[in-house]
Amino acid sequence: MNLTVNVVEENEKSILNVSGEIDIYTAPKLKETLLPLTKVEGKTVEVNLENVNYMDSTGLGVFISALKSTKEKKSKLTLINLQDRVMRIFEITGLDDVIDIKAAIRGGNE
Amino acid sequence: MERFDFIEIKIPAKAEYVGVIRLTLSGIANRIGFSYEDIEDLKVAVSEAITNAVNHAYTEQDDGEITIGFGVYEDRIEIMIADHGGSFNLTEIKDGTGPYRSDEPVETLREGGFGLFLIEALMDEVKINNKYGVIVLMTKYVREKEVDFDGDQISTTQ
Repeated sequence: MNLTVNVVEENEKSILNVSGEIDIYTAPKLKETLLPLTKVEGKTVEVNLENVNYMDSTGLGVFISALKSTKEKKSKLTLINLQDRVMRIFEITGLDDVIDIKAAIRGGNE
Repeated sequence: MERFDFIEIKIPAKAEYVGVIRLTLSGIANRIGFSYEDIEDLKVAVSEAITNAVNHAYTEQDDGEITIGFGVYEDRIEIMIADHGGSFNLTEIKDGTGPYRSDEPVETLREGGFGLFLIEALMDEVKINNKYGVIVLMTKYVREKEVDFDGDQISTTQ
């Protein structure tokens, strides 16, 4: 029932490694870390959700605010390594159409 | 009269208890025989309903309680989530719900409003009563493993 977020800086890219559960209690923590990064002009922010085993609409809310912020600042947001359960929430709500998502744990190719 | 067991839990209307209910729900749903996938769906639906109630309690500056009732049947679970802290505008909530449509500009994308939509997508039956506070009543049936007829469960995104 906890969430940990750590940020790795890699050249121009920030990678957010998130693990745990994203719900009403933990979402503010994710938002606090993610939002300021997307407000950096031209920044690429990659959110690694490999270790997120639960997410509900509060998580969607955070990613929508982040996406809006990328449109203002010309930064870029990508979600990577989503577990099936988490991917399903994006699919049901149709948000997989607007948010850049690389669901499967990636092999060699993009 | 069909026999069933009933479990009731009261929690303070605070964000930190939503995860506690998810754990309890997992235990109950597992005991009924729900599949892993269905238990995950139940967890999201129940969390959404409690999240609504918690958010409502916060805006009303009200340290209310939320009552969660689980009806345990042989072939289904009935879950009731009651927020006694006064009523909110249901029409308003319903209007703000639904999947994202690709013709909507990102700027107008709602940050909330997916909660009720997810509940309806993930449960078999959902009823909302708005007379005395808000009561969400939802039901999910146990599906036989070999029969996979959940065509109406997943809104198609293709």
